[in-house]
Amino acid sequence: MASFPLTQARRAGLPAQRAGATLAEVFPAPGAEAAAAGFVMAQLGPGSGAVLWIQDRQARRETGRPFLAGFHRPLMLLHLSRPLDVMIAAEEGAQCRALAAVVAEIRGDPPAVDFTAMKRLALRAEAVGVPCWLIRQAATANLSAARDRWRISSLPSAAHPDDPRAPGAPRWRAELFRSRDRRPGDWVVCHDPGTADRLDLVAAVPDGPLAEDAGTVGQRAAR
Amino acid sequence: MDRWQKMQERSGNALPDDLPQALAAEGAHGPVIHAVNRAAGLAGVTVGARVVDMRALCPALRVEFADPEGDRAALDRLALWARRWCPWTIADDWGPAGTAGGSHGLILDTTGSDHLWGGEAAMLAVMEADLSAQGLSARLALAPTWGAAWALARFGPVRAICAPTAPLPVAALRLDGETVLLLNRLGLRTIGHLADLPRLSLARRFPRGAPVQNPLIRLDQLTGHLPEPVSAPDAPPVFRSDARLAEPILDPSHHLPGLCAGLCEQLAKARHGARRLRLTVYRTDGEISRIEAACAQPSRDPAHLAFLFRDRLERINPGFGFDLISLEAPATEALAARQADLAGEPDSGQDLSQLVDRLTARFGRTALAQVQPVASHIPERSETRIPPLAAPPAVRPRSAERPQRLFDHPEEIGVLHTVPEGPPAQFQWRRRSYRVARYQGPERIAPEWWQDKPGTRLRDYFKVEDTEGHRFWLYREGRADDGRGGAPRWFLHGIFA
Repeated sequence: MASFPLTQARRAGLPAQRAGATLAEVFPAPGAEAAAAGFVMAQLGPGSGAVLWIQDRQARRETGRPFLAGFHRPLMLLHLSRPLDVMIAAEEGAQCRALAAVVAEIRGDPPAVDFTAMKRLALRAEAVGVPCWLIRQAATANLSAARDRWRISSLPSAAHPDDPRAPGAPRWRAELFRSRDRRPGDWVVCHDPGTADRLDLVAAVPDGPLAEDAGTVGQRAAR
Repeated sequence: MDRWQKMQERSGNALPDDLPQALAAEGAHGPVIHAVNRAAGLAGVTVGARVVDMRALCPALRVEFADPEGDRAALDRLALWARRWCPWTIADDWGPAGTAGGSHGLILDTTGSDHLWGGEAAMLAVMEADLSAQGLSARLALAPTWGAAWALARFGPVRAICAPTAPLPVAALRLDGETVLLLNRLGLRTIGHLADLPRLSLARRFPRGAPVQNPLIRLDQLTGHLPEPVSAPDAPPVFRSDARLAEPILDPSHHLPGLCAGLCEQLAKARHGARRLRLTVYRTDGEISRIEAACAQPSRDPAHLAFLFRDRLERINPGFGFDLISLEAPATEALAARQADLAGEPDSGQDLSQLVDRLTARFGRTALAQVQPVASHIPERSETRIPPLAAPPAVRPRSAERPQRLFDHPEEIGVLHTVPEGPPAQFQWRRRSYRVARYQGPERIAPEWWQDKPGTRLRDYFKVEDTEGHRFWLYREGRADDGRGGAPRWFLHGIFA
């Protein structure tokens, strides 16, 4: 894989701006569903706007519900049973400017999540300017209208600053495998949820001039 | 008491009339009796006495707590209902606690209305009959002034009409308890005694004070020297728009925009916004069916109100068609005209409330909730689901590290550990085993003794990470030697990002 200029890495990690708000899809690896939720929330960053979080019944039963104490944003939870309802509700939510983001979690490959529904959702999100994230648990990356498509898997966490036996800041492997307006890439993302709320991106397969300092190049995601 | 009896009868667990029952209210020294039924009154239970004393007097007494706000609201509704007899009616709930006959009442200004009911006596008889048909017992009296009517209704004969008020006790003057006690100590037991005194000495003894402390003012009000008009509140406006159809139809959806526009026009005229909506269709075979919708914030936007009914119209069973559709707003709130902000954008709060309405109308009231932090260390109690827009969302300052996902019910796991009280070395969850590489903990969370059952075990939480980088939040319930059950069990409660 080619080397990544730092600007590329920084741009890929930018939280979805209001102007460029769009629909993005996240495919968590098995067991990394919470990592996907954490990645999405880290991309949104802290703020005061409410996040509408929609879950279908399967996703809630298999991977639990979002826990307010783990996030730093007001949450509005919508629990639905059918994936079709999740898509309808996400479309409703994407029309509301007052929301900071809409996050929808769907488990499996239901027929309701098809190209047409996603295209509608993407157009709504872009017209109104509400970032919309679709977390597709245990799904295959079929034909989709999402502008950015990520694959997330868990990595062993960074070293804890005080305790060598304890897990530290979470690290994920984030692969942007399809994107409309940026170059796809593969990164190791380290999210420090402490006071800095940093999101560090390191190219996963570094080579060329970045190889020697791959472990230290951390870009503070500007927000 | 009557209202409570009716409520009990409606819920099907009313006791027989001949058992003593009472309603209690909070008093300064514990609960006091607020109202009694007839059997309890005969058994010697008095209003205003402490519940413990009355239990000693009448061991079979059954006590429930009263609902003063509900009583007040019911009285207001009753005052509007009473407009069938005369146009000026108000609810009068002034009265010291423990007044004979209760402190609540209705004041009706029947001037010029009595001849419509065949005279004053006949009107009182009609009123009593109608009220008892409602399940309410009432004591009625008719007098030229508010004060005299109040006194006669409570202390006079049954259905008194302009009886002389002189022999009534001074408590009939609507005075508070201390003033009545003072007058009794002065030897003034009846209104006649008080009226015989020279005005100057009464005015000197009670120079100032609110009417409830000043017998002179009350006396003048009773005799009519001081005016005390009945200023009846306006009945709340009824917002309703109807569509009368020449031919019965089966699908109301074409008429809904027109109905909403008509209703919103009325609401705009009164500067109100609808909180609840009720769509009623009257079928040709005499049946009525309704659907209701609710708004999180008052609204008079026709398109929004019509949207709330959009997918629910098919729940109406049209039968052979209906010829009258009526849309009314049973609950409204004042809503001033809104101005768009300088950029011409609509208000974002309104935007959010409309979203909440749409989602609630489509998916039901329980599906959508706002999560609010609660001061509790037990994870499942540290947040609560409140109705959206109920309170401003508050972001709590960050506390200890918490997972991003929480399971509704902690899932039991099988654990292998190296040290008995230590962290797990390997655990099995959902038929897969995880080998723990790193851990953090324990973080001990003790049960909340003020609301947990006795015998609830403490929890030791561990954040563990397996060799592949999955991070979990486990806890061990109890300790081996805490004497609250057998060996401690392990649960998986959450997943870290």
